[in-house]
Parts: sequence; C-alpha cells; structure tokens
Amino acid sequence: MTNVATIHTVTYTSETMDPACTPRREFLLQLAGTAGAALIAAQWPAVTAAAQHAHEAKSSPQTYKFEVLTPEQAREVEAIAARIIPTDELPGATEAGVVYFIDYALRTFARDARESYGPGLAQINELTAQTFPGVAKFSAATPEQQDKILEMTLGSSEAGNSRHRQRAITGDFPETIWFHVVSGFLVAPEGGGNRDYAGWKVIGRDPAHTFSSPFGFYDKDYPGWQPAGSEMGKK
Amino acid sequence: MSQARVSYKPSDEVDFVIVGSGASGGILAKELSTNGFRVVVLEQGPYLTEKDFTHDEVKVFQEHLLTNNPKQQPHTFRATPREKAKQQYSVMYGRCVGGSSAHFTANFWRLHEIDFIEHSKIGDIPGTTFTDWPIRYADLEPYYTKVEWEVGVSGLAGASPFDPWRSKPYPMPPLPVKSSGVIFERAAKKLGYHPFPAPMAILSQPRAGRSACANCGFCLGFGCEVGAKSSSLASMIPVAEKTGRCEIRPNSYVHKIEIDEKGRATGAVYFDAKGVVHMQKAKAVVLAANGAETPRLLLLSHSKQFPNGLANSSGMVGKNLMVNTGAIGFGVYDEPLNDYKGFAVSRIFHDFYEADTQKLGFYGGGGVDARYDMTPINFVMQGLPPETPKWGSSFKKTLHNNFTRTMQIYFHGTSVPVEANGFSLDDEVKDAWGLPALRFTYRDHDNDLKFMAWMTERVMELFDASGARTTWHVPVAPQQFAVHLLGTCRMGNDSKNSVINPDHRTHDVKNLFLCDGSSLVTSGRGQPTMTIEALAFRASDRITALAKSGEISG
Repeated sequence: MTNVATIHTVTYTSETMDPACTPRREFLLQLAGTAGAALIAAQWPAVTAAAQHAHEAKSSPQTYKFEVLTPEQAREVEAIAARIIPTDELPGATEAGVVYFIDYALRTFARDARESYGPGLAQINELTAQTFPGVAKFSAATPEQQDKILEMTLGSSEAGNSRHRQRAITGDFPETIWFHVVSGFLVAPEGGGNRDYAGWKVIGRDPAHTFSSPFGFYDKDYPGWQPAGSEMGKK
Repeated sequence: MSQARVSYKPSDEVDFVIVGSGASGGILAKELSTNGFRVVVLEQGPYLTEKDFTHDEVKVFQEHLLTNNPKQQPHTFRATPREKAKQQYSVMYGRCVGGSSAHFTANFWRLHEIDFIEHSKIGDIPGTTFTDWPIRYADLEPYYTKVEWEVGVSGLAGASPFDPWRSKPYPMPPLPVKSSGVIFERAAKKLGYHPFPAPMAILSQPRAGRSACANCGFCLGFGCEVGAKSSSLASMIPVAEKTGRCEIRPNSYVHKIEIDEKGRATGAVYFDAKGVVHMQKAKAVVLAANGAETPRLLLLSHSKQFPNGLANSSGMVGKNLMVNTGAIGFGVYDEPLNDYKGFAVSRIFHDFYEADTQKLGFYGGGGVDARYDMTPINFVMQGLPPETPKWGSSFKKTLHNNFTRTMQIYFHGTSVPVEANGFSLDDEVKDAWGLPALRFTYRDHDNDLKFMAWMTERVMELFDASGARTTWHVPVAPQQFAVHLLGTCRMGNDSKNSVINPDHRTHDVKNLFLCDGSSLVTSGRGQPTMTIEALAFRASDRITALAKSGEISG
C-alpha cells in the first residue's frame, strides 16, 4: 500500500533518488578515452561543480510524498533518527533527510524490513508510554525522555558503557532502524540520503570526486621512499 | 575502427566457451581470441561499464550491484561435514563482467619461489593436504611480467629485499604515498622491517587508453569509473572484443557442462536473463568461474559417466579450500590522515613472508599492509573502536573525530589446505533457478588459528611503534566468510589427488580446462589475484599450443 503524506517543507523529491551525477560520468567517459589523467584532474573540479549544480536544481523544494511510511510513522522515524544523530553545531539526521532515505529504502534495498516498521515503531511508542505515563508516543517525549528510551533499546550513549544494552523490547527493530539511519546519513547523495552532504560534513569527507597527493597531515612533507637502513649517510 | 561486436548463435560450434569473465576468464578470452580462436564467454552477471558504477554504498553492498546476491543465490555454511549447514551469507564473489577484478583492492603480489616448493622445505603438516606445486616460480615468472605490463600494475622493482627475481621492471611507478603509508613505514623501520611501495593493479599513469587513478576513494568493493583499476573489464575484455572473434554474453548462468558418449565436453548449458535454457556448443570448454562456482558446476554436471561430478575421479573437486588468514588492527591518530582519499594501500612489507616455523611451532607466512578501505557507512559498521556508543552526541563526536584519523594495518597470510574444507551442493536449499545451493564447509586449521593470533600481535606492535592514540584489533576467531576461494580443483601431476594437470586440463576430460582460484595448490600470502592472472596467461599459451597441435580435438 502506498501512503501519501506530507510533513514539513522538504527539499527532496523521488527524482533525486536517481543518480544525479550521470552527466559527470558521461563527461568523464569522453575524457577517459581521449585524454590523460592530467587533463582529467584539471577538468574534474569543473565537472564536479556542474554535477553539484544539477543535483541542487533537481532538489528544488517541494512537498515530499511518502510512499511507504504513514505520516505518523514518518514523524516517529524522524524523531528517533534525530536522537541517534542529534543536531548540534554540525548537522544531524534531520538535516541529512534521513527519514526520506528510509522511505526510499523500504521500497528498494530494505523491502524486507518494511513489515517490521509498523510493529517496531508501535513497540517503541508503547515502551515510551509505559516508561513515561501520559506520553503517548516517542515523538511527544522530551529529548531527555527520548534518550532514556534509546538507552533502553540501543544501549548507553556514553563511551565505555555501550555494550550494556537492556533489551526493553523484543526483536531487532532498534538495530534495523539504526542501520537505516546511519546509511541515510552517510550514503553518497546519489544513493538518496546525506542531503547536502550533511553526513559527510560531520565525518569530514570532502565531497569532491577527485583528489591528489598530499592527502593528509602525515604525507605532507614526505621526503620520498628510501630503502630501510639507507637514510643515514644521505641528505 | 569498427566497434561491431561479434555474436554467435548457441548452435554455432565455437572453438572455446569460457565460463566466467573475471580475473582469469578475461585473460583467457583476450589471449585465445587474439590467437585466432572463436570464443564465447558466458558470464552469470550483468555487463556493467564505467557509466553504471556508483559511489552509492547501499547499492554496492546492500543490493550487491557487482557481487553474488545471497537472496537470489542463497548458500549455506557449516564448520565441519558433521554439522547441518545453515543458510548464511558467507561467500562473496564478483558477479558481473570483470568478476571480482571489477571490485578488488588491487594488491598485486607475485608468489615467491618458496610458495611452489614449501612442502619440500617444511614437510607434512598433520591434518592437511599440504603439497608442492607441479610448476615452479620460473614457469610463471614470464606471465607475472605479462600481467604487470598488459593488465597494468604500478610498483617499484627491487624495492623489497624479499622479492623474487624478475625479468623486467614494473611498467609504471608506484602510486603516491598516503598518510597511512608514511605512518606505517616509519613504524616498520623502527622495528627493523623493510617497508616498500605497494605494487597495485591500479594505473599511476595513463596507459593503453585508460586513465590514471583519480583518487576518488571509492575503491574496494566499487567499480572504477575511470578505468584506472586494472580489472579484466578495463584491460582485457575490450581487447578480446576488438578481435571480432570473442563474444561476451552476460546474464548467462551456466549450470551444466554437456558431455557426449565419448566423454568429451560438447558445450555449456545455461539460463539466459529470462530463464530460457540454451546450450552453447564448443570444441573445448574452459571453466573460469571462481573457486566456488567452478567446483559447483562440475558437481552439478554429474552424469552416468561421471556419477560423482564431472572431472572428479580423484574426489578432490570442491575440496582443500584455502581462504587465506588475516589479522586486522585499527589505529586513531592526532592529526587527519584523510586516508579516505585514493586507493587502499600504499606501503607493505614482506619481512614475515616466511615466518620461522621451527621457532614458532606452527607454519605460516605473509605480508603486512597499511590501508584504509572504509567508505563512510562501512566505517561506522566496522571501523569504530569497540566501546563506541551507537547513538547520541558521543557517537557523533567519534564519527567526527575518527573518520579522517583512522587507519588499518592488515596482515595477510597463508592458509593450509584441509580436505574437509570446501564447496559442495546443499541437500535442501535451492537458488532462484531451482539449482542446489552452494554449501560452504570451513574451519580454520588450528595451525592457522595460532598463526592468526601471532599475526595480530605483530600488527599491534606496529601500532605501538606508530604513535597511535587509540588502537584495537579484530578478535581472532575461526573464519566464516570467504572472498579468496582457492585450491578447490587443485593442479597436480597425479590424477589420484588433483583435478587438473599443469596445462590446466582436467585429468578426466580431454577438452575441459579449469583456470581460476580453484587451480592453486597453496594459498600464497593472501593476495591471490595476480597469481590467478599469471596462471591464466600461462594456461592460454598451453591451451593454444595443444589446440594448434590437434591435441584437443584429436
């Protein structure tokens, strides 16, 4: 069954789920056949910018239509995602558009998990209601209450205690949604998540498609390879 | 230049039908078609090209864009033949034109002279079928050189004091060093080892109409968008097709080799993309379907003449599997390495190529590399310190700090051949075509478990010497996941305990040849693809000579 729902103003359409970078690849292919790497390297920033522009143009704001999740489910998914990867000075799951990725995932690679979302979200809402009487669902809880529920299902959020997970609900829905949230946060945008490279901003991955040496701090001043034992006596 | 591709009818009797288009199949196709033969290559998977490749990790790893899909082709696992196998995703191989070479890491190490004669040096290892090869390093050396020059390998000849002799330098210089390589090199030298630039099947310079590596960072697991990774797809298949004699036929799932009353192979029976069954007729059949699917296909091809499976009079088809041992550690450093950029590996060392068996009390040898093969989602799944919380601010802070500051040290090593380890047909589980599923039986020999524990100690010593702030390692445990599928139709002179002879011809069927990971007699030191490719070049020469002298059809 397809559910049509609207929440918030979003900048994603199902069109953007298509690889947005096809023009980039076509262009590269033409180059690859006729030109050397130097030319390609010289051209890539421009190509990347063009691809990025195309991507942004396709992502013009309009209302997103959920196809699998109901509006209520989408609200809960978004609330859970927002506590798994919270927003602080850097973007979180909300800014990355993880909920839209999950709706997409549930009709593509994660079709098998589709059936688990309804009961799984219901379990989390029940746990919320039991733990905090008067709070009917996860999305209605305060951030502190929500964190308590996540602690009961995914383990402690504090370093060193993470292995001690209380199994407050049966089944592996918490792990399933966790995997989907992480995937939607970090997948290359052509995979339908990581909106505006929000996830890659957090991990520090430059979205460029090509890089050249030096890559990092430790190879910056590398003097060149020398056989072991040969450094002494050389300048 | 005409780009029209040749197309044969299944009823056309071509000279060779090759099953599989990967590391070995691509080379066989190129060599045999260049030598004037008419060739059809039947590939299970799709014909993807650069424009189909993507940085989408979900598509690549969750939807199995380039590899076998366990939903379509389920397989089962058991540790020993006494157990009932259960369905479990435990074998991965390339399932597209180019096979596993389309997505590999591209570490290209030659075997050394010792690999071919190690049994003579070490002696029997109880509980194994450890033995010497029927060929020597000198037999294969010209073909290693051919791989380096024709397929395309970057490296620095003479850089490792442990390297075997070679007839020619590498055709192009090594790829640039990465921060992981610099950290590793310093630590290794501190401990007295001899690190050197990693030989990689990735172009450091444009070559043969292909681009040099653009360092995009989506390498292991991914198809290369610029043709820099030296897959069969990028290097061999285009040459084969250009001969006008070789047809690559994708989405063709071979499930039987047909045999006539004289016991000669007459062709390969396959499902096309729509599930329609065809038989491609051929004067000779070459299986290059990998170390899992080649034995499975032989077992599926059982008949009255060959009740235990085709070419299996020795009973060795599917046995003696070696998957290589490994030890993996992680280190996090103060400053950004940005190792997500570029290919995986820039420095290795081979000081442990032959570990001291006498002193250690177990057999083993290997090579050590520094790498980063963590694309972003994989990094969260496999690259975080074990105590990292899974959610919240602390989780996010760890992602923020570690992704650019983490590297791995990976020790790759030998596996010993154990007869009970291998591939067979499952009694119950079927694939989407109704064929018996692949059954994977594997338990690391105690020798190898001891070796892995020792390797792990060496990895952690390197991290200690490297100044890492945080370190951890993958626990040592019996392996249940295989990508190196070696030894399951081993080469030998004795038809009682091997499946193919040194010409890659099966002992039992005159016009049936096998050439892929299954041909290996020992496992090498954990980087088998280059040897599979050298064997394929050599097999092509042997098969050509036999065909031209009338010894295949006669």
